[in-house]
Amino acid sequence: MKQTRNKLIIGMVLLTTACHASVTTNPVILDTDRVFKLTPSKPDISLTLPNGFNATVFASGLGKARHITITPSGYIYVKLASSKKGNTIVRLKDQNGDGVADEEFDFGSFRGTGIKVKNGWLYASSDQEVFRFKLNNDGTVANPAQPEKIITGLIARGEHEPKAFTLDNNGNIYVNIGAYSNSCQIEDRKVGSMGRKPCPILDSAGGIWQFKEDKLNQTYADGIRYATGLRNVVGLDWNTTTNTLFVMQHGRDQLHTIFPALFTDKQNAELPAECMYELHKGSNAGWPYIYYDQIQDKKILAPEYGGDGKKTAGEDAINPVYTFPGHLAPNGLLFYTGHQFPEKYRNGAFIAFHGSWNRAPEPQEGFYVAFVPFRNGKPSGKWEIFANGFSGGPQNTASGGALHRPCGLAEGPDGSLYVTDDVQGTIWRITYK
Amino acid sequence: MKKSPYRLSMDSGKKVYTLHCVSCHQPDGIGIPNVNPPLNCKQVTGDKNKLIEMIIKGSSAHAEINGIVYNNVMPPNSGLNDQEIADVLTYIRNSFGNKTSAVKVSEVKSASSNLK
Repeated sequence: MKQTRNKLIIGMVLLTTACHASVTTNPVILDTDRVFKLTPSKPDISLTLPNGFNATVFASGLGKARHITITPSGYIYVKLASSKKGNTIVRLKDQNGDGVADEEFDFGSFRGTGIKVKNGWLYASSDQEVFRFKLNNDGTVANPAQPEKIITGLIARGEHEPKAFTLDNNGNIYVNIGAYSNSCQIEDRKVGSMGRKPCPILDSAGGIWQFKEDKLNQTYADGIRYATGLRNVVGLDWNTTTNTLFVMQHGRDQLHTIFPALFTDKQNAELPAECMYELHKGSNAGWPYIYYDQIQDKKILAPEYGGDGKKTAGEDAINPVYTFPGHLAPNGLLFYTGHQFPEKYRNGAFIAFHGSWNRAPEPQEGFYVAFVPFRNGKPSGKWEIFANGFSGGPQNTASGGALHRPCGLAEGPDGSLYVTDDVQGTIWRITYK
Repeated sequence: MKKSPYRLSMDSGKKVYTLHCVSCHQPDGIGIPNVNPPLNCKQVTGDKNKLIEMIIKGSSAHAEINGIVYNNVMPPNSGLNDQEIADVLTYIRNSFGNKTSAVKVSEVKSASSNLK
């Protein structure tokens, strides 16, 4: 990585930032001072993909790269949960069109997961707040040092803190507020501790909150609890075919550890399902009172609330539209709307499975990007593993010691698929010929 | 051949670890970044009383180890007796790259009576 510095430009930058009142300040001067050139790096793993697909390393070494978003002009923004010399948002561009990033600009001061380009703004979240940066017409950020704060005061109590979000086409932003608990026990994760009834977490966490995309300093009072009974959602996307919100839930952990008499190690590894839900205003997915058992295909009463692995419950709760094996940790969800990939992939769902940790002592699973085909707004076929090998091999997958863990997904203007990794911060670009 | 007390403790400690600790701290003790701490660290090889207290009372301290903060709660002891606590602590203090003194049952008894 090389950095170009020009003392004259630095002087002009200082003058410019000193009188920051005007939005028409030439932003190109700020950018070029700290934009640096990149050289391609050698990949340390190779991905397995279906026939006709190819993956290249677009960029690497970014750190904890979480979600990713791309402007129509091809500027790629990546949100970091770590700090890269004090910066937490990375902007990448492939200027010479060879499919690899050759230019980087870093900014942002708040660590977090969520990031999305929408309507000429770059939205990004910390674990308590959501900000937005105005974009110039070319897709660069107008004032990287001064985002607007649109949401503040969101609960972050140690567990499930990242505030992933997405936006609809009607001026609304949907923010995940994860439950600060595994299963709403009286004592979190303690063997045999029963569940709190009613679960007091749900009034301000364990769901999706809806806010306005353009109002400053919104708090809980300005928002609506759009959906409830969702333990934690990191992968979510607005489906433009159905005009509805789809989310991937991280299911509860440790059925066997907490209730060893009711569940075996094997059941502990497989259950509960990781669920895909289609949400409407008022949807209740049932956490913590139920979990979804994908083997029985039923909503099962949680042991914390008197369940035994067989008793059903949650008649008022919605059913998932698709289920996956337990603990795969879905961190990214993307409905593909491009034309580069074959027709089968159009309007289907890509899911980045971060990989499990709590299947032990059974082998861990995941660390791949999956695909579910959709027709007419509904899943239309069996899910498949689309891109595999992120962990570095079957032994790494089984032990959970993965070299890379897929997290964020985005579609480029040409229909390429981008995948981030939050262990080392590699970005892959997947194309089809 | 008769096993040494240390060997007996390690064997028993490994059983306890596999039953009670593995789902969070993992079979190789490396934990999970941002979630559950790794066990090759000063908190394990250091002060025995603090370590015994952690097993008995659990922790919601969000420990920071080597710049990474670990978010999950560690639940309090639910049913391990003093011998099992001594054995599992001896095991983790001598596994995963750690090598240090064992923990004796008398030390567990003394530490837990101080906690009451």
